[in-house]
Amino acid sequence: MTTTLTLPDDVRAWAVKIEKIAREQGLDFFPTIFEMVTYEQMNMLAAYDGFPIRYKHWKWGAEYESISKSYAYGLSKIYELVINTDPCYAYLLEPNSLLEHKLVMAHVFAHCDFFKNNAWFARTDRKMLDQMANHAAKIARLAERYGEEKVENFIDTCLTIDNLIDPYAPFIVRKREVLEEDALPPEPAKLPARSYMDRYINPEEDLARKREEMKKKHEEAKKRFPSEPERDVLAFILEHAPLEKWQRQILAMIREEAYYFVPQRMTKIMNEGWASYWHSKILTTCGVCNDGDITDFCTVHAGTMQMSPTSINPYKIGLELYRDIEDRWNKGRFGLEWERCDDMEQKLHWDMQLGLGREKIFQVRKIYNDLMFVDEFLTPEFAERLKLFSYAYNRKNERWEVKTREFLDVKAMLLKQLTNFGQPMIYVEDANFKNRGELCLWHKHDGQDLKLDYAKETLSNLASLWSRPVHLRTTSDGKSVLWSHDGSRFEESRQ
Amino acid sequence: MERIDSDRTRFKEIVRGRIRKNLKKYISQGELIGKQGNDIVSVPVPQVDLPRFKFGRRDNGGLGQGNGEPGDPVGGEGEGQGSGKGPAGDSPGEHGLEVEVTLEDLAKILGEELELPNIQPKGKRKFESTERKYSGIRPVGPNSLRHFKQTYRQALRRQITSGTYDAKRPIIIPIRADMRFRSFKEEVKPHHNAVIIYMMDVSGSMGDEQKEIVRIESFWIDTWLRSQYKGIESRYIIHDASAREVDRDTFFRTKESGGTMISSAYRKCIEIIKKDYPSGEWNIYPFHFSDGDNWSADDTMQCVKLVRDEIIPSSNVFCYGQVESPYGSGQFIKDLRVHFKGDDHVITSEIKNKDAIVRSIKDFLGKGK
Repeated sequence: MTTTLTLPDDVRAWAVKIEKIAREQGLDFFPTIFEMVTYEQMNMLAAYDGFPIRYKHWKWGAEYESISKSYAYGLSKIYELVINTDPCYAYLLEPNSLLEHKLVMAHVFAHCDFFKNNAWFARTDRKMLDQMANHAAKIARLAERYGEEKVENFIDTCLTIDNLIDPYAPFIVRKREVLEEDALPPEPAKLPARSYMDRYINPEEDLARKREEMKKKHEEAKKRFPSEPERDVLAFILEHAPLEKWQRQILAMIREEAYYFVPQRMTKIMNEGWASYWHSKILTTCGVCNDGDITDFCTVHAGTMQMSPTSINPYKIGLELYRDIEDRWNKGRFGLEWERCDDMEQKLHWDMQLGLGREKIFQVRKIYNDLMFVDEFLTPEFAERLKLFSYAYNRKNERWEVKTREFLDVKAMLLKQLTNFGQPMIYVEDANFKNRGELCLWHKHDGQDLKLDYAKETLSNLASLWSRPVHLRTTSDGKSVLWSHDGSRFEESRQ
Repeated sequence: MERIDSDRTRFKEIVRGRIRKNLKKYISQGELIGKQGNDIVSVPVPQVDLPRFKFGRRDNGGLGQGNGEPGDPVGGEGEGQGSGKGPAGDSPGEHGLEVEVTLEDLAKILGEELELPNIQPKGKRKFESTERKYSGIRPVGPNSLRHFKQTYRQALRRQITSGTYDAKRPIIIPIRADMRFRSFKEEVKPHHNAVIIYMMDVSGSMGDEQKEIVRIESFWIDTWLRSQYKGIESRYIIHDASAREVDRDTFFRTKESGGTMISSAYRKCIEIIKKDYPSGEWNIYPFHFSDGDNWSADDTMQCVKLVRDEIIPSSNVFCYGQVESPYGSGQFIKDLRVHFKGDDHVITSEIKNKDAIVRSIKDFLGKGK
């Protein structure tokens, strides 16, 4: 960035005050540095995911165009941007009013608390600011040496597969693959039978046939590589594809950056909900707003809480869920006794005066991610109160229609959207497909087909990385198919 | 320079590259017309984003919030269907993969692709005019400009601060000091000093297809000339045996059925020039489109005289485009070519079909007049 505006005195003073209040409320965060930026700078930072320096690539330009356009048309405005580093950096938008700055600062402290304390962030690199700058410098050097176009094309290729990672990988201790020489093939399972009936119910020749089959499978599995399907496709390519050294460097950097953002994608609802919970609490109950400010606060707050008929607002869902949890644990509306109670009148006035709410939400913010959060705390009453529904495409009417408000359907839809960030699960299944050194991937199909034109392009890119044909086993229109790409031609075959 | 600028430039280069590659297709299919906003066009560029493995959203459905019974449409009826044509988008409210380009950029791409030279304007003086724009809020003003929402908020704010707000009876009564009004700013805009006068033969022999060709061609001529002159006026004349001036919409839609007297259009054109664009400061572009079938050789002679004596002296260039129609003789272009042989103030072009539009645009604009 060319310039950073200095923080005006009143904003600076409020930053100190709000930080003190936030700590008193129990929030625990890294030192937080606020910077004042113009909206152009804000849009630029947003396009770069909050980092002032990223490697050179047109995708940031595309992102910037879309953000600026949306700002210019008044469709959206980025109020706040904070990055998960130690110290935390947060940006304030210069044309904002003092009240908006106060709100954003309170919001930011809660984000920083979340970054520092949520377990899923434990393995993130808190010096990512430097790391991103290093990557930018390294890629610039490579571009100088190997040519801008070559490097750009390779980055394009890498980016098309940067979602093929295993979100849990940072927590998996990699074991060395030891070849267990004496691993025996498993015994075929027998049907339960009394001893005198056993040879009729489990005839020996049948067992022998099964044993033979299993032995064959076992032998095949031993030869297969990887021995179990591998979800971190990016790592697999990095380790086993015949890449040049500079290519390996770039792919490694892109993988590192992709992993850095994983916890944020895993906790979008929780993180935004937590920050909204606290900005609301701090501004309305801790003497940060005067009476005249309240109407302005409501306008801004309501704007961020707005729900849409076509998507859910993580700020709103998150905030309401935390409030719901706090209320339930304050009143003791949990546990076996509560669950078993079917007297609606009694439930309505249920209050055991436990006062455990605050403690509970701090615990939740420490150990949960969005998927667990929604799975455990979304209740039918909550879904009804927020008027949630699922929608689907009606082919007959050629339009999108409200499908149902049934709690289990709504919850299943939300969980589906959160599972693997709403992206298909792809594994490496066989790196020596048909004994020809071709790569075979497997799409774990859960009812949703892949978008064919995108899949073709992606397979073609994978083929260029693997430098041999690449296959994907998936299901399309209810049939098992194998999609293959050899770098120049796509083919679909039935299985 | 900000860091992002090089990434933006690169992105725009990629988009422009895609548009350039497909420009001839866009031109001949007339795809871009009707997708035009004020100064922005949506161009259907295939896939500028990065491909990834992802779900086809059609099977997927989604989650929303709000009122509505099962079976009610989500996100407004018909949304995501463009203008009612083509398949619905992958999700409600999605508008497909389109890139927005300013008309200026589009003109630049057109210029590069067709190698059009820049125009040397005839007149240099620029006119200026002021325009009012309502963009601000102020505490005084006439009641007709009162801003209800802002006034309400001021009143609410005052009542909360002064303790007269009762949450149980939330009645807000604005007083004089709460009133807020819209206010305007005056903006100075450079005024036009160029005009395109479109003339089209709408006699019985000009069918829908011929008009479509004229429509597409004038869109691109418009786009190019607009990029050359800041603010440009357009006038439209239709004629059969007699001529009249119409608005843009009528220009492309009218179907008359009379005979054809081309001279009537030229007379009307001269009348407009004399009345509204008299000084030599104006850059004037008369374009005439017809199927080349005129009433009589007599009338054609009159046309030639009018063009030579009246139109050419006041215009930058006179352009005649002839579309092919199954009924016309196509004689007029031959006559013009005979009479204005060697005169580079008259440009003629034959447009046989949609594919010929690109070449014809180059004929007209390739001289840099």
